[in-house]
Formats: sequence, structure tokens, C-alpha cells
Amino acid sequence: MNNKKECVAMLLAGGQGSRLYALTKKVAKPAVPYGGKYRIIDFPLSNCVNSGIDTVGVLTQYQPLVLNDYIGNGQAWNLDRVHGGVHILPPYQTASGAQWYEGTANAIYQNLSFIERYDPEYVVILSGDHIYKMDYSEMLRFHKEKGAECTIAVIDVPIHEASRFGIMFAHDDGSVYDFVEKPKEPKSTLASMGIYIFSYKTLKKYLIENEMDASATKDFGKNIIPALLEHGEKVFAYRFDGYWKDVGTIDSLWDANMELLAVNVDLDLYDTSWRIYSNNDSAAPHIIGKNAKIQSSMVTNGCYIDGTVDTSVISGGVTVEEGALVQYSVLFPGAVVKKGAVVEYAIVGENSVICENAHVGAAPETIENKDEWGVAVVGQDITVSEGAAVLPKQIISESI
Amino acid sequence: MSYNMTNVLGILFANTHEGSVPELSAKRTMASIPFGGRFRMVDFLLSGMSNSGMSKVGIITRTNYQSLLDHIGSARPWDLARNDGGLTLLTPYGRNNQDTGLFKGKLDALYSCLSYIRHTDCEYTVLSDCDLVINPDFTHLVDEHIASGADITAVCHTAEYTEEETREAACFRVENGRVTKVAIDRAMAGERTMDLNIYVMKTSLLISLVDDLVSLGKYSFSRDVLQEKCGELNIGVYEFNGFYRRICDLESYYEANMALLCHDNLSKLVNSERPIYTKDRADAPAKYGFDSSVSNSLIANGCVIEGVVENSILFRGVKVEKGAVIKNSILMQDTVVGRDSRVSNIITDKNVTIGDGLTVSSSENCPIYIAKGRTL
Repeated sequence: MNNKKECVAMLLAGGQGSRLYALTKKVAKPAVPYGGKYRIIDFPLSNCVNSGIDTVGVLTQYQPLVLNDYIGNGQAWNLDRVHGGVHILPPYQTASGAQWYEGTANAIYQNLSFIERYDPEYVVILSGDHIYKMDYSEMLRFHKEKGAECTIAVIDVPIHEASRFGIMFAHDDGSVYDFVEKPKEPKSTLASMGIYIFSYKTLKKYLIENEMDASATKDFGKNIIPALLEHGEKVFAYRFDGYWKDVGTIDSLWDANMELLAVNVDLDLYDTSWRIYSNNDSAAPHIIGKNAKIQSSMVTNGCYIDGTVDTSVISGGVTVEEGALVQYSVLFPGAVVKKGAVVEYAIVGENSVICENAHVGAAPETIENKDEWGVAVVGQDITVSEGAAVLPKQIISESI
Repeated sequence: MSYNMTNVLGILFANTHEGSVPELSAKRTMASIPFGGRFRMVDFLLSGMSNSGMSKVGIITRTNYQSLLDHIGSARPWDLARNDGGLTLLTPYGRNNQDTGLFKGKLDALYSCLSYIRHTDCEYTVLSDCDLVINPDFTHLVDEHIASGADITAVCHTAEYTEEETREAACFRVENGRVTKVAIDRAMAGERTMDLNIYVMKTSLLISLVDDLVSLGKYSFSRDVLQEKCGELNIGVYEFNGFYRRICDLESYYEANMALLCHDNLSKLVNSERPIYTKDRADAPAKYGFDSSVSNSLIANGCVIEGVVENSILFRGVKVEKGAVIKNSILMQDTVVGRDSRVSNIITDKNVTIGDGLTVSSSENCPIYIAKGRTL
């Protein structure tokens, strides 16, 4: 059987996303809902299939149940293929023992045998943490043209944010001469997007060497990329100038949702030439009731909206009852906001219920001390009882 | 006797009754008429069969079936892409050197696919048309059929009907649970037991009826089986009392869509216990603009609304530009209503574009239909 693929993708989806707190208590970060009908992993998966990459290994570890169920056989992304397609790759036991994935490089190392089944020339390493549309085939073309061993996608970030990222230093031709992980005093604004294309033989060589090194943390940013540079391998930076958003924190997740509601939105989900696919249930269209007032919002199939919704992203199967107010908020699938309840500047987790006259969050202008303000978060499967309050910046993971 | 629902064959007739909505079926089958914001008529019966555990379903098509083929695809959305059985499209079947005229009725249509029916080797067969908006539980129907000992069980609904509603329908006289007389296409207002054109019977009985009657040149199931043989065969009835609508003209199509604006009706028809499946298009959620005002409407994913929408059904991908006002209308997939246009009591088919500053309206309960792809 000829199973050869020029390029396979490995999607690192095992991260806990601990900075999303209550929202990732029961699901891995890539399974966190976004934009009404999506989960974060829809973006890299759809990018793969739209880029002509039909073989994707999804490495899972933390809370994989929802993610496994969601990905299924990959049909939603057209990744249910006879050869290739999507494969869930959890940690496994071998004759010599069992090991959790210890870092991004180790996770790929443990799945070299999966990659070798397809005998690829190139491997794309992706993460399930970002919202963006990107044609990986363009990046692969760049990688080939430059004769690179490793190409790293980079994006210009404001200098004051640069210390959050892996920062690259590159010559005018794109060749990388230095790399610093999360520098305290950044001297470049080229941030790594955590998207790598490797020539497979080189990747394999460095992964094996990294495994031999007992002191290594087995991480791409901390070990593999520095090792490549140290050995003078050709590493190139591929500049990306589209919309790219890390949604790893409560604030950035909320921001990224709110950005979809802007008049001139940077991320066009309605562009049919680069569709973002998602695995959805078969709900009816949503009902906007007789008492509803709705503006500047996104609403998904299966909702029943009879209250006021302003500047909010409403996922599938949500109920907003008559007399309830939802503004500047993100409601995850199946959330219920009952009569007289107010949800503002908040994220409400899946299937959580905000009972009558409860109040979640507050507008920033109502808080005197700005340090006390932040997005309020109600975790998954939680009830906020009648008349109860969730304060701004508060994150609740138990019913109140 | 033990049986399970995988031993029940479903046969759907895609084209019957399409003459009653000539506008909507000009370029498609009854089965592929869009309904309720994102569905097609066939989705209701097909989902019902799938939800009831039936694993073999044949759809008999006659003409205009391209849109249906496109919609059904591999039948995976209905979970009917199976190694064994699953969904089979039964297109008209002409034989060399013989009269290949299209079938005239259900009996000769079934005759042309008898080999399929025999091959599926199911003990029972359910026949249905695609003119109903319904969420049927066929398990219950088949159980009742077997328990009653009837030869054929017909699904019906007893209610007060208008003359219009009975004009193209069969009505039963039922005595002691048995059909004793059948009136066909006789416009008679009043309380009637109306045939909903869903029947269950043993496959062996179906095959022998088809063989016998077609050899005599007969083709109509309602006339030649129900009406002619109701003395000879024990034809029982199954009263369906859940939410349903029958599409018998453009007005009833309009009313049936609007009925879904009642949340109670919609949740009876489409719910997570018994979902209605359809082909998905990967649209983003609906987006409401800064100046939008929407009330009492059913809105599908992919819509972008910047104007005013009241009492309306918007299918996937409809665009309502700034200042536009939509009232009491059904706008099918990808309809665009331009700036400051006012639209009321209309039905637009797919891909209709209404330019800027236009007024298109009709009187209440008498919707105007605008054909697929037209630009005003």
C-alpha cells in the first residue's frame, strides 16, 4: 500500500490551558468554545484541510474525552480519509514502560512511528491554542525555496508584549540567527507563532538527540530550536501578517470573541473561500422571540433568545429568557440566562444556568478601582442561584 | 415473533404531491423543497426513520432529482451511510427496447424497484411521501401495527378540515378501528380522518399487491389498494396527534414555516431527543449589526442582519442590509435584501437578490413567490 504523504501535520492538543481556570477544568484548551459555533481546534484543523494537508495527528493528554468525541473520525473537517485523515494520538504503553508526554518535543518523539507510516518529507508542528487562518502550503513553499531545515512562522507583536513570546532574530532574507524564549527585555518584535515546518530527517535527528540529553526539558522552544541554531542548521522565519490571536487567558479569549463583533472584523468567518469547519449537532435555526432586542452580536443555531442581547457571542443551544440582559459577554453552548438575570462582561461556561435576578459581572465604568475590574467567569455545568452575584474578575468553578 | 427496526425497510416517494406547490418544485422534488430555515422536506421523514433505528431506506425519485442527489450525498448526516443497506436512491429505471415511460403511481414505481425491495430482505416496509413536516416515531407505529393484526396500517389524523385541505387528499371512514371506505380528492369540509400517506405492512404483502395490480395495469396505491381492497384487506389506522403540517399549496407551506415561530412547535418538531438531521454547510453563526432590530423570527447560521426583521424565517446566509425592513416573509438560502428596501409577505427562493430601495409586498396570507436566482 502506498501511504506516502509529502507533508503530515502534528497538532499538539494536550495542553491544560491552566490560565483559563474554570473553563478548562473539564476540557482541554483546544476544545474550548470560541466564536459561537467553533472550538479552538477547528482553526488549525480547517487550516490543514484547506492547505491540502490531509494527514493530521492530534496529540492529546489532558482531559481528552470531549476533544476525542468532538474530533470523531474527522468527517466534519473532511479528514475522514482512506489514506491519512485525522488520528488521535494519546500517550501509550510500550514494552519498556509507559510515559506521559513530557513537553512538546517529547510528545512528537513518542509518535515518530506514526509519522514514519507516511514516510513524509516534511512535518508541520501546530498547536491548538490560536485563532487564525493560514495557508500552510504557502509556508511549505517558502520552506522549500529557502532550502530550510526548519521554518518558524513569526508575527510582529508590539514591543511591550514581546516578553510573552519566543522572540526570533532574523536577517533580511529571513534566516534566523538567534532565538530567545520569553525575554525580559526583548530586542526584537518577531514572535514565534508556535507553527513549525521541519524537514523530517532533521526533525527526527534532533528529537532523538534531545531525548538522549537527560537535562533537556524536551520542548521545541527551549531545546530543539536552540540546538538547530547551535549546529548551524538553516532555520528561517516565515512572516505572517494576518489575524492571529492567542486565546490562552480569560482576557484574551474574551477579547478575541469581542473582536468578531467589530464592524470591520479582522477575522472573516463568512469568507467562503477559506471556511472554518466545525462539528455541530443538528439544531434548528435559532428563534428570536417577540420580546427580544438584539444588536452587535453573533447567535448560533439552536438558541432561544427572548431577552436583550447586546455585543455578545452566543453559542449553540443557549436560552436567554424574556427580561434577561446579556451584554459584552460570551455564552458557551447550552448556557441558560433566566428572567431578570444580568450577564455583563462575562464568560459563561457550557450548560451553566444563571437563575432569576442573578447578576454576573459588571461594566468597567461602574468600578472605581480599575484593578478590581475584570471579566467574570462562570465555569462549566454550574448554577448561579436566584439573586446571587458573581463579581467582576471572579472565577467560579462551583455552583453558588 | 421477534423483530427489530433494522428489519423494517423505509421507502420514501420524493416526487408525490409536488404539483400542489408548482412554484417550489419547478426545479426540484417535493423532497428537496427547503423548509424551516435550514432543512429540506425529506429531512423530516428520513431523520424519523434513522432515529427509529431503520437502517435501510430507499428514496424513489421520478423527475427533477438533481437537487435531491446533491442534498443526500452519502447520506452520512442521517447516519445512513452503511456498509449493509443504508440509503439507496432509486432513480427511474428504463429497460432496453421496452417502453421506458415514467411511472404513473406508487404501484408501478414500486414495481420498478421490486428487486431492491426483495434484496433488502426486510420483514416489514414503511411507505411514506415527503410532503409532511413531522417528527415521526416509526418504532411505535410498527409496534402498533403488529399488535393490531392489521394487514396494512395507515397513519392518519382526525380533525376539522377545510374544503381546500381535503381537495387533494384521501379521507377514511373508520369503523371499529378498520378503514371501511376511502374518499379520494373529494373536497368536503368537516371533521375527517385524513390519510397522511404513511403506511406499514409486511413486505411480502406489498410485493404481492404490486405484482398483482401492476399486471392488471393498475398503478395507484390509494385507489387500487386502499379504496378497492378495504373490504378484502384489514386496513387499520394509527392516529398521529403530535405536531405536523402537510404542504398542500403555497399558502400551507407559508403557514407551516410560520408555525415554527412558536417555540413550543419548534421544540416538538426539532429536539435533541429526536434530532432532525440535514446537510450542513459550515456557516458561521448569524451576525447582528449595530442597528439591527429583530423580533419573532427564525434565523439560521450564516445570516448577516443589519436591518429590521419581524415575523420572518431567514435561511442560511441571508443578508439584510442597513435600513432594509423584512416583515412576514420567508427568505431562502443566500437571499440578499439591499439597503432601505421594504419587503413583506413574500417567499424568496434561493439566491434571490432584491436591490436597494425597493418595495416588494403582498397582502397577508397570500404570499408572493420570487423564483430561484432572480434579481429585482
